[in-house]
Amino acid sequence: MNWALRFLRSSIGLKLVMAVSGVVLFGFVLVHMIGNLQVYMGPTLLDEYGVWLRALGHGAALWVARGVLLAAAVAHVWSAYCLTRLNQKARPEGYRERMNRESTLASRTMRWSGVVVLVFIIYHLLHFTIGTVHPNFVHGAVHQNFVVGFRVIWVSAFYMIATLLLGLHLYHGVWSMLQTVGLSHPRYDLMRKRAAAAFAALVTLGNLSFPLAVLTGVVR
Amino acid sequence: MSAGKTMNLTLHVWRQPSGTSQGRFVTYPAPDISPDMSFLEMLDVVNERLIAKGEDPIAFDHDCREGICGMCGMMINGQAHGPRRATTACQLHMRSFEDGDTITIEPWRATAFPVVKDLVVDRNAFDRIIAAGGFVSTHTGSAPDGNAIPVPKTAADQAMDAAACIGCGACVAACPNASAMLFTSAKVSHLGLLPQGQAERDQRVLKMVATMDEEGFGTCTNHGECEAACPKEIRLEFIARMNRDFIRAGLRNRGERAGSGGTG
Ligand code: HEM
Ligand code: FES
Repeated sequence: MNWALRFLRSSIGLKLVMAVSGVVLFGFVLVHMIGNLQVYMGPTLLDEYGVWLRALGHGAALWVARGVLLAAAVAHVWSAYCLTRLNQKARPEGYRERMNRESTLASRTMRWSGVVVLVFIIYHLLHFTIGTVHPNFVHGAVHQNFVVGFRVIWVSAFYMIATLLLGLHLYHGVWSMLQTVGLSHPRYDLMRKRAAAAFAALVTLGNLSFPLAVLTGVVR
Repeated sequence: MSAGKTMNLTLHVWRQPSGTSQGRFVTYPAPDISPDMSFLEMLDVVNERLIAKGEDPIAFDHDCREGICGMCGMMINGQAHGPRRATTACQLHMRSFEDGDTITIEPWRATAFPVVKDLVVDRNAFDRIIAAGGFVSTHTGSAPDGNAIPVPKTAADQAMDAAACIGCGACVAACPNASAMLFTSAKVSHLGLLPQGQAERDQRVLKMVATMDEEGFGTCTNHGECEAACPKEIRLEFIARMNRDFIRAGLRNRGERAGSGGTG
């Protein structure tokens, strides 16, 4: 096991931890967004979906998924922290002038978008899963919790800001991940950035629509 | 670019007498500069004038002055080797600037590249990465027959692209993380792509990456600044290739230490 530890603690190994945990988290946000789209298909579907999820695999599936997601989140944040430390130590003294040519807003703000998303995830769990920061949380009444929760305008605003930042994070993250795991070919390299943009846009637009739908009365 | 017309510039130059002393920016007027001079020739003229006044000239690295040795290199207005793509500082001409411009000149900044003096940095870390695995073991008897080992055209082309790296360090300088992954990946790839480089392929990538890490370079976050700064246009795809090689070598050499073995 020693070799594995040494491998994972190398610069590329740490990047791999970040990429693989990122893929797990990315898979989750996509499925989570698609699951929530059921809110547009009537007031009972989301509640039934919740019952189904909690019963899946005799109730084990949800906890397995939560375990995997927690592990991925911890691995992702831990590797992000280690790599950020390494990078800061690699250039303690900066330039007086510096012009960026190729990097993007998304690539330069990964740490900040990541931290905001982390805070958001914690808030989101307290809001819709545990219910402690929800004005009127009723366990199992998913649809009603959703509508009541998003009627609070500043809560909706925070959700939308976090969603936009997650979009930025995913836009750079997806293509960065492909590069990290070594998926590159001159013929497909342009496609990688487009695919990253499309995925990020899909997740962002889907998630943005939920608070907007409640605020505009489309979902009630 | 009319002949005889000269430019008046103002330079802000990083001056630091030695690696252990404090540095600071010093402003120098640079009048009567020909647009046909290279950037280094412009610095030569400024230095001549400094020497005439009895001042210490600005130290900078250079050798071939034709864009092939990789010795020159400095941050010019926040860009490694200055504003022109695919151009070393020695091949940059003053016609790339405007009369009246202010130019800020700084050394490469990285923990792994300590300043020696003014704009000169110590890039021996690159040599140590090469020494860790940037070679092939070969029979040194009589000259082999030409084309005795067939090399596929695509591999030869890609290896050639990677081998264009002159090791100037612009990638490290331009990278927001001071990462040396573009350099290391070029050196890993140009041998790893060729049949002659297969015997040591796994050990090469493991050892070169280990040395790169030990030298205190940062890690790639795929900004792409290195690719944009590279005077030889080494592509980011080589970093993906190195990652691929590193993962494969790591899995294939489980239990072995990256440092042991070698070329016997
Ligand atoms: C739903 C949540 C998240 C998803 C889906 C996600 C996804 C990703 C992906 C796919 C990558 C690319 C990995 C690579 O470079 O190869 C990445 C990178 C990164 N993530 Fe996340 N991430 C999430 C949350 C976070 C959080 C909470 C943080 C920090 C607190 C964070 C910080 C970072 C950083 C610093 C990078 C490296 C950026 C780079 O390589 O340029 N992420 N993320
Ligand atoms: S002096 Fe040789 S590349 Fe510029």
